[in-house]
Amino acid sequence: MKYIDEFRDGELALGIAAAIAAEADPGRSYNLMEFCGGHTHAISRYGVTDLLPPAVRMIHGPGCPVCVLPIGRIDLAIRLALDQGVIVASYGDCLRVPASDNLSLLKAKARGGDVRMVYSPADALKIAAANPEREVVFLAIGFETTTPPTALVIKEAARAEVTNFSVLCNHVLTPAAITNILESPEVRRLGTLPLDGFIGPAHVSTVIGSRPYEFFAEEYAKPVVIAGFEPLDVMQAILMLVRQINDGRAEVENEFTRAVTRDGNLKAQALVSDVFELRRSFEWRGLGMVPYSALRIREAYGAFDAERRFRLETRSVADNKACECGAILRGVKHPRDCKVFGTVCTPESPIGSCMVSSEGACAAYYSYGRFREIPIVAGAPA
Amino acid sequence: MCLAIPVRVVELGFDEMAIVDLDGIRKEISLALVDGVGVGDYVILHVGYALARLDADEAERTLALFASAAREAA
Repeated sequence: MKYIDEFRDGELALGIAAAIAAEADPGRSYNLMEFCGGHTHAISRYGVTDLLPPAVRMIHGPGCPVCVLPIGRIDLAIRLALDQGVIVASYGDCLRVPASDNLSLLKAKARGGDVRMVYSPADALKIAAANPEREVVFLAIGFETTTPPTALVIKEAARAEVTNFSVLCNHVLTPAAITNILESPEVRRLGTLPLDGFIGPAHVSTVIGSRPYEFFAEEYAKPVVIAGFEPLDVMQAILMLVRQINDGRAEVENEFTRAVTRDGNLKAQALVSDVFELRRSFEWRGLGMVPYSALRIREAYGAFDAERRFRLETRSVADNKACECGAILRGVKHPRDCKVFGTVCTPESPIGSCMVSSEGACAAYYSYGRFREIPIVAGAPA
Repeated sequence: MCLAIPVRVVELGFDEMAIVDLDGIRKEISLALVDGVGVGDYVILHVGYALARLDADEAERTLALFASAAREAA
């Protein structure tokens, strides 16, 4: 497929890998965080790590919305479906996230809750139109990529004066999460999480542009390279980061110029600020309460806000004790450091959220990389 | 979740809707978030909405960048 296949070319990948190996100084280390789960997935799926010299280490970031959604928020949706007879619609990944009482939205469906998987928020609005006697709540999650479509659907519901549709909003913001990581004790005080640069988001940046990352380059002296989600995009971005680090530069560079500009999508940004406003604070799995890191629906569209409509209050619920998702999302632990990884916790039966979505670090390792750490020894046939 | 794919616009419809083609699969999507998209353009599609128009010249430039990095290392 055009604009996909040519960005997965194996020959070119080997060439870029050779360039990285030639330019990376073996005497120093390059600790690079890919913020997005989309990059984590590409790195695992295409074996990018195997093409990198030992000096370059990739650290997986928290940019997976399903992974960072705290249990308390999913509990709200489950209770709406089971106790209030509401039709809850959401994206496929959200339905499998483990919540309280050994439930997930999918298990709530098995208990009789009306839970529906949708591809687009517009589909949730269609469900509301087809079921005028029922309340329909769209469980909205996602970073800046997914927020503009939610904004459009809320505006459409207002225009059409739909009375049985509302949104449980969990939209979160990328720059706030990057700040949280850069300000974390592991990075600032303890030094246990060395960070030399970031691979910046692909599709989030089509919306917000490259400008918001300039703060990180200037204030924290960390280079950022925005990259597409194909394997060659990731490798080129790694090469560009290695070059910046070698030169002692900390700039925002854009590898994904075919879709990202400095200003981003101004039309989408205007829509989002018309419908949403900043929350003072929002809970992230792994990061805890992060100030000004999420959006809520403005008063003007309050009729479509499920939190107002059903007077919902979020309870903070601790993760399963054995689960290391929190530390993995902060970049301080690796999926293989988790005791339940691949044993009790698998994509078929996840304990933690990082095993749910294909963008989660644990799911990516389980699907593509888990055999790499196991030496294969040839033995005599029995 | 932020996954999105490049698709080609093959037909413009009413209310900022369009038909796109992805390797023979045709689907109706919304162009409400982007301006100035025409038939033949590629857009980045996410949850039923085009988020950005794909710049064909920039894509060529990026591919050339890959090739030059690979050549220099060879």
